[in-house]
Amino acid sequence: MTLLSFGDLHVSAATGGRDIGTDDPIVVLMHGAAMDRTVWSLQTRWLAHHGSPVIAIDLPGHGASPEAERSSVQDYADWVADLVAALGRPVHLVGHSMGSFIALEATQRCELESIVLVGTAQAMPVHPKLVEAAEANDPLAAQLMSGWAFAHQTRTGPHPSPGSSMVGSTQAMIAQAKPGVLHHDLVMCADYEAALTTAELVAVPTTLLLGEADRMTPVRNAQPLIEAMEGATVHVVSGTGHMVQIEAPEITRAAIAAAVASVHD
Amino acid sequence: MPIYQTTSYSFDSVDQASALFNLEEPGHIYSRISNPTVAVLEERLAALENGAGAVCTASGQAALFMAISTLMGAGGHIVASRNIYGGSHNMLNVTLPRFGITTTFVDPRDPDAFAAAVTPATGLILAEVTGNPGLEVLNVPVIADVAHAHGLPLMVDSTFTTPYLVNPVELGADIVMHSVTKFLGGHGIAIGGAIVDGGRLDWTTTDRFPTLTEPYVGYHGLSFADEFGPSAFSARARAEGLRDFGACMSPTNAFHLLQGVETLAVRMQRHVENTHNVVEALLANDAVTWVRHPSVPDHPDHDLAKELLPKGAGAILSFGIKGGREAGRQFIESVQLASHLANIGDAKTLVIHPGSTTHGQMSADDLDQAGIGEDLVRLSVGLEHADDIIEDLAQALRRSQKGL
Repeated sequence: MTLLSFGDLHVSAATGGRDIGTDDPIVVLMHGAAMDRTVWSLQTRWLAHHGSPVIAIDLPGHGASPEAERSSVQDYADWVADLVAALGRPVHLVGHSMGSFIALEATQRCELESIVLVGTAQAMPVHPKLVEAAEANDPLAAQLMSGWAFAHQTRTGPHPSPGSSMVGSTQAMIAQAKPGVLHHDLVMCADYEAALTTAELVAVPTTLLLGEADRMTPVRNAQPLIEAMEGATVHVVSGTGHMVQIEAPEITRAAIAAAVASVHD
Repeated sequence: MPIYQTTSYSFDSVDQASALFNLEEPGHIYSRISNPTVAVLEERLAALENGAGAVCTASGQAALFMAISTLMGAGGHIVASRNIYGGSHNMLNVTLPRFGITTTFVDPRDPDAFAAAVTPATGLILAEVTGNPGLEVLNVPVIADVAHAHGLPLMVDSTFTTPYLVNPVELGADIVMHSVTKFLGGHGIAIGGAIVDGGRLDWTTTDRFPTLTEPYVGYHGLSFADEFGPSAFSARARAEGLRDFGACMSPTNAFHLLQGVETLAVRMQRHVENTHNVVEALLANDAVTWVRHPSVPDHPDHDLAKELLPKGAGAILSFGIKGGREAGRQFIESVQLASHLANIGDAKTLVIHPGSTTHGQMSADDLDQAGIGEDLVRLSVGLEHADDIIEDLAQALRRSQKGL
């Protein structure tokens, strides 16, 4: 597993198979609850080979991260701020779902070039049955989550990557998370109530990428964020659910690339 | 689902073509590597098996070789059940050693034997959910625990059982292989294979899998585990296995096999019901010396089968005929409804004498170890009316006893 070291900070990350260099602006991709860096596999290599150094990271406690999990969205944002400082270069921060909350909080802790929030909303309440299954480390939790995460139009395929199962590959990713991580993340997301007040303070260029058929963070629940972040670029992607980066990989790549270009071109 | 009867796919631009070839973006390039019709079959098999993805191949044997070559090269080692299909046994025992890959065969009912055979070079534990033709039932959860204790994947061949009867990934297996030719296709008209990537094993916990965890020069230093995580195995199998070895499934065969998958549940239900009736009839026939099927109470794995295969232990059975090899020959030549051919899992009832055909390349010792005696007849129970199957078997058994 690739472990990148920046001083005392060690990060497991995918780089798209390219050296990330040291100076150019870099895209940092953050996953959602109980997921890991590979949720961005349809973006990472493309960005890396199209002029954007990139690290798709495992947040502490996730994937192959050597770090212990953090207890709150704010604590994760503190860790991200440390990472941004350690990188010592312009950073575009991209967060999916839980990662979008962390990105919002990070804007108040460090200097960022832009943020891209994928599958986000002002709040992320979680169905009690899902919380219950996650608490029991029941495989049902991964099954429920991966089932709800995709739009009806995409969940039966075809997967953009031939032969992959949209639901199955996501379920496998969640199933690989350490015991307890999914429950911890879900409760943490449900408990986070500062999205709207933080959004009102965001001063960096912001892009929102929302799934028109998202059942986990419905567009209507993102509307208050959109209104709070005046001037944000908003893409509502038709026929996609909560996993926009898998359901519409090309649109997601383009939105991230556009966010980078809007600052540096 | 239409048949995409094409070799290649138009690129939008040079940049897009380059990105596709370098795995920067997903999509179809050339039908040796992927094809939309084949991809539908792959996705459906992955969904049925609860896996992260699947890769279809030209045959079940191509699937076996692709799985092995994805995990190891010369110097690699496999621990395999000794009770497996003769073609698989031959690949492991005779052919792969020529390429530097060796196998230790063990009793599938002995978990300690699997553990004891693991060496630092081992990269795979392999078995069949129900052995061919002895129908030994693999204790998948127990053998999966043995594999995982060593950081190894358990790959099971679930051709006999199909996703209708068992979900090996849920029981702990990491890779499921199929000869899709058989029950999944179900009509004896198209050859095909598949490997399903369960996606649950973290390949990075040991240094046994450099093909998945170390930079691959074939894609400019790509690490499959870094980039694809739960789909690392199937991604490498496709990107290297199909690209370099080229044993792909044809889109037309995928179309035929898809028709079979659509009716799998109802066919398997009928296969299992018919098997129950045929087993009962054979047990009551004086010309039959023994019947081997996990549903028979004296089968050593009867209780395990009830636990792991509650819907039934499949439609393959074997039995012995009074009179040995000569009576067996007479029986096979006397069946009229059943077909004498080298296949299983057809809509039609099939019979064969493994000792002289499917397992004919095995030595007398290996045959003995695999429990394949001269009197053994293998039956693949079809979808005909059970009374017709039973009547045909009864008349052939009567003929087999004449002149004894």
